Amino acid sequence: MKIHEYQGKQLFAKAGIPVPPGIVAKTPEEAAAAFTQLGGKIAVVKSQIHAGGRGKGTFKEQPQQRGVVLVRSAEEAKENAARMLGNTLVTIQSGPEGKKVSTIYVEGGLNIARELYLGIVVDREAGGPVLIMSTEGGVEIEEVAEHHPEKILKEKLDGLNGLHAFQARNLAFKLGFEGPTIRAAEKFLPQICKFFIDNDCSMAEINPLVVTKEGELFALDAKVTFDDNALFRHPNLKEYRDLSEEEPMEVRASETGLSYVKLEGNIGCLVNGAGLAMSTMDLIKLHGGQPANFLDVGGGANVDQVTEAFKIILADSNVKAVLVNIFGGIMQCDTIVTALLSAYEKVGFNVPLVVRLEGTNVDIARKMLAESGRDIITATDLTDAAKKVVATLGA
Amino acid sequence: MSILVDRETKVICQGITGKAGLFHSQKCREYGTPLVGGVTPGKGGTEIDKFPVFNTVADAVQKTGANTTMIFVPPPFCADAIMEACDAGIKLIIAITEGVPVLDMVKVMTYLKGKSSRLIGPNCPGVITPGVAKIGIMPGYIHKAGPVGLMSRSGTLTYEAVWQLSSLGLGQSTCVGLGGDPIVGTSFIELLQMFQDDPATEAILMMGEIGGSAEIDAATFIKTHVTKPVAAFIAGRTAPPGKRMGHAGAIISGGKGTAQEKIDALEAAGVVVAQSPADMGTAVQRAIAKKAGK
Repeated sequence: MKIHEYQGKQLFAKAGIPVPPGIVAKTPEEAAAAFTQLGGKIAVVKSQIHAGGRGKGTFKEQPQQRGVVLVRSAEEAKENAARMLGNTLVTIQSGPEGKKVSTIYVEGGLNIARELYLGIVVDREAGGPVLIMSTEGGVEIEEVAEHHPEKILKEKLDGLNGLHAFQARNLAFKLGFEGPTIRAAEKFLPQICKFFIDNDCSMAEINPLVVTKEGELFALDAKVTFDDNALFRHPNLKEYRDLSEEEPMEVRASETGLSYVKLEGNIGCLVNGAGLAMSTMDLIKLHGGQPANFLDVGGGANVDQVTEAFKIILADSNVKAVLVNIFGGIMQCDTIVTALLSAYEKVGFNVPLVVRLEGTNVDIARKMLAESGRDIITATDLTDAAKKVVATLGA
Repeated sequence: MSILVDRETKVICQGITGKAGLFHSQKCREYGTPLVGGVTPGKGGTEIDKFPVFNTVADAVQKTGANTTMIFVPPPFCADAIMEACDAGIKLIIAITEGVPVLDMVKVMTYLKGKSSRLIGPNCPGVITPGVAKIGIMPGYIHKAGPVGLMSRSGTLTYEAVWQLSSLGLGQSTCVGLGGDPIVGTSFIELLQMFQDDPATEAILMMGEIGGSAEIDAATFIKTHVTKPVAAFIAGRTAPPGKRMGHAGAIISGGKGTAQEKIDALEAAGVVVAQSPADMGTAVQRAIAKKAGK
């Protein structure tokens, strides 16, 4: 689960991690008032969406307007907020469709001396969380990794014990910190690592982390993602979920126990198992088609789930044909066909449907399909299925 | 011979009184797996469909002599169940449970360090040595005993590959599902070493997917340590970056973990990579022919 920057900073502040003063605004007037409240000299007006690259991003409706802007008057804060709110911000990470801005965060200015990068991720190979830092703050870390890998510092956390003070000092010296900043790092770095563990994060990124002229450290950004599998033990985080940031069909699918990801193509797929579902998309592409989605109905799909899965696939107006690929293991093919036929009836198909079945009770299942009288195209193997579904589009 | 599972294997099921635990325990027993009982705290001393139930894994081990466990307990309790099995001296722990928090696995891996238990999974279909024992949720009947060792991060895709192999007359020595999570107990490299050392395995099929770099590490290992023919398939060529594709571990992040970089690394290591999931079986045939031709 992703959250907004301002929410991340609220959580940071609660955990004792220094963040600049800031105020949430939902209207241009609130943005102007926030500017005044923050001292009335200088502030940053920041669009809140679940995607990075906001500073360089621009609005569909306002091509001159950037997603993050430094302002020097309440009037300027209000004007910028007016051009952001209700409009669609497109950034390098948002996809070409962009994301609608409905919240603004107005943040007080700091005396910035240096900008650094800080990120924590669960490193698969290291088998645990790793703290990543770099002197190159405010730029994409992937770019730094590619062009200046020597500028990336990594420190593996001591499992769930977090980061020790000596590890923080090691990093502080390598980053060239001095005097009070070393002491600030000894506190800040273990604290953010503790935050990561305490909240079951899967990613936490502060880019930039700033060193002020006074030698203090502040989180100037907050990009936090939580492990969905661990949300059951953090009921307090539920209120931070912003459903408007998520693909509506993906939300609907997850509520039914389906795993769905929307893609750009026109061939819908319904498959059991994540690996086979990914492979089915690859197969469609290999034979000249474009998959419209990833959809895993899981191991024990029932009539309701298959019906809902078809509804979700067909709700995408790009979908011009559907491929069902089922390998019946424990899940028997005839069970799937029963669900399939019932769903077919309920949903009302208006595009060609190609079905490939293999595995347990496949003979009974194929017979059921043949005798159903439905206009369903059957395929004998994976290649045959892909060719047939792609062919329906050419006709 | 085979890897992980052999004639000495004696299995218990943790979570045997749950719906999935019982169903799959029955299926394993039908296949011929020596499944000697199960564990559900609080239900010790009872029986469920003729399986004796114990309160603790230590009890079960003492009374049955089990050396292997298959775990079906719900995600919040899975880490604890794995550690309990290790503490009780279980040598092979197979965790089927899907949805275990990643940081729980960090705790488990720290706990297992230096101990002699091996963990497979979580979020995996299990392990099968055809004709000997099936420990997991895979359909037993599609398998056939033979010379191909299989390892995969996915369930149904593995069944698909087994089906293709069996249809081509190529049986399997052992099939192992590693699991689809970011942190799993056993890596491709460890299994490659086991298959390389196993006299019954003559060729290896590896099924990977997007996310992480386990397949690239495996490619490096194959180059220097594996003399047997290896074929592979990588799922997710068409997966968009930044999106989780069903498995918690199947995500391209920061431009890393794409299918193409994995395919390139494997091909550079001399592995025959199937371009289509329909060709996994024939890729094994080609890998065997390629080695023989040398």
